Amino acid sequence: MSEHMKLYEVFIRSRRGLDHKHVGSLHAEDPQQALEYARDIYTRRSEGVSIWVVNSSDITASQEGDCESFYDPHDDKPYRHATHYQLPEAVNNM
Amino acid sequence: MSQDVPQAELDELEAQFQARIDAEEKIEPKDWMPEAYRKNLVRQISQHAHSEVIGMQPEGNWITRAPTLHRKCILLAKVQDEGGHGLYLYSATETLGTSREELVQALHDGVAKYASIFNYPALTWADIGAIGWLVDGAAIVNQVSLQRTSYGPYSRGMIRICKEESFHQRQGYHIMMTLMQGSEEQRAMAQDALDRFWWPSMMMFGPHDAESAHSARSMKWKIKRQSNDELRQKFVDQSVAQAEEIGLKIPDPELKWNEERGHYDFGEIDWEEFSRVVSGNGPCNRQRLQHHIRVHEEGQWVRDAIAAHEEKKRQRAGKAAA
Repeated sequence: MSEHMKLYEVFIRSRRGLDHKHVGSLHAEDPQQALEYARDIYTRRSEGVSIWVVNSSDITASQEGDCESFYDPHDDKPYRHATHYQLPEAVNNM
Repeated sequence: MSQDVPQAELDELEAQFQARIDAEEKIEPKDWMPEAYRKNLVRQISQHAHSEVIGMQPEGNWITRAPTLHRKCILLAKVQDEGGHGLYLYSATETLGTSREELVQALHDGVAKYASIFNYPALTWADIGAIGWLVDGAAIVNQVSLQRTSYGPYSRGMIRICKEESFHQRQGYHIMMTLMQGSEEQRAMAQDALDRFWWPSMMMFGPHDAESAHSARSMKWKIKRQSNDELRQKFVDQSVAQAEEIGLKIPDPELKWNEERGHYDFGEIDWEEFSRVVSGNGPCNRQRLQHHIRVHEEGQWVRDAIAAHEEKKRQRAGKAAA
């Protein structure tokens, strides 16, 4: 019964050297069971070499609706980008 | 931990570890790794992290004196990036089981090192140009190579840092270029900055391969992917055209294109100066460390306040539960 089982978010590392990536979620009784379920649900075709499971309730998320105030004023800083600096053609590969 | 494992088993683990590295696979935090590999990584990554953070000092010195508001915004953004890069790197060392507090303590005790280049002062505005162009330029040569390092978290940190840093070198070169288009005094100021920063930048790649204490094993473990001398050559080759383009002269009478090698030949570094600065006697070593210690101590009340706030929240939660 889902109301008695915790929700887990599942992250999979597809290959050594890459970051774990979020793939979805599932219900499980404890972290060990969540790992086994994640293996059965998300890696049936060798999608990964390592799985992380995290209690969904442990994730604190920012909201896209708050973008404007949360990220302000990032958009008016074009000088953070390499393309902002006009250099002579001969050295432009810097 | 190692003491409990029989030698035969250790040899087997080490063979598997080396096979993984030879196959160009990354080592991840929970993998078995030789203690010396872990130690070597902590030393190198923390040295890199400390360099990012100490490197904020010479540039921070010019934030309030930048010649225009635009240059000030750029410099602020760059120094902020360096702080962020220090954080990525400290986090990478934490995946190896060493805490941030231990790393900072080692820096304050003088046990941990940082790039010697930051023991030179930024005397003029042109120095900010030279630092971005040459010091960040040299750092990027090194970091591009380290994107292929064998330790996963370090490699991923390098990829992120290289991406963010692409503007650092360009803004420095842009400062130099602008000065070179200016008055005679401004051009002289740019040349003077290059004269003072060229050799210390060359030293950033470390001793010659034959004299480098950690190089051979670091290459075998693919912590380092290219040798000090290879990287230094790459830096020289790319810098010459950049200097010529804006009319600057690299202060090395022996600098000459070698058709046969397909590289520039260049003069010898003053290794006595190198050892002097590495061992703590450069122009600003004491000042850099004292400043870091002072600011760290002055920030104690913030750490205390966070701890007190956490404790208060815990007590409230305890009361609510009871």
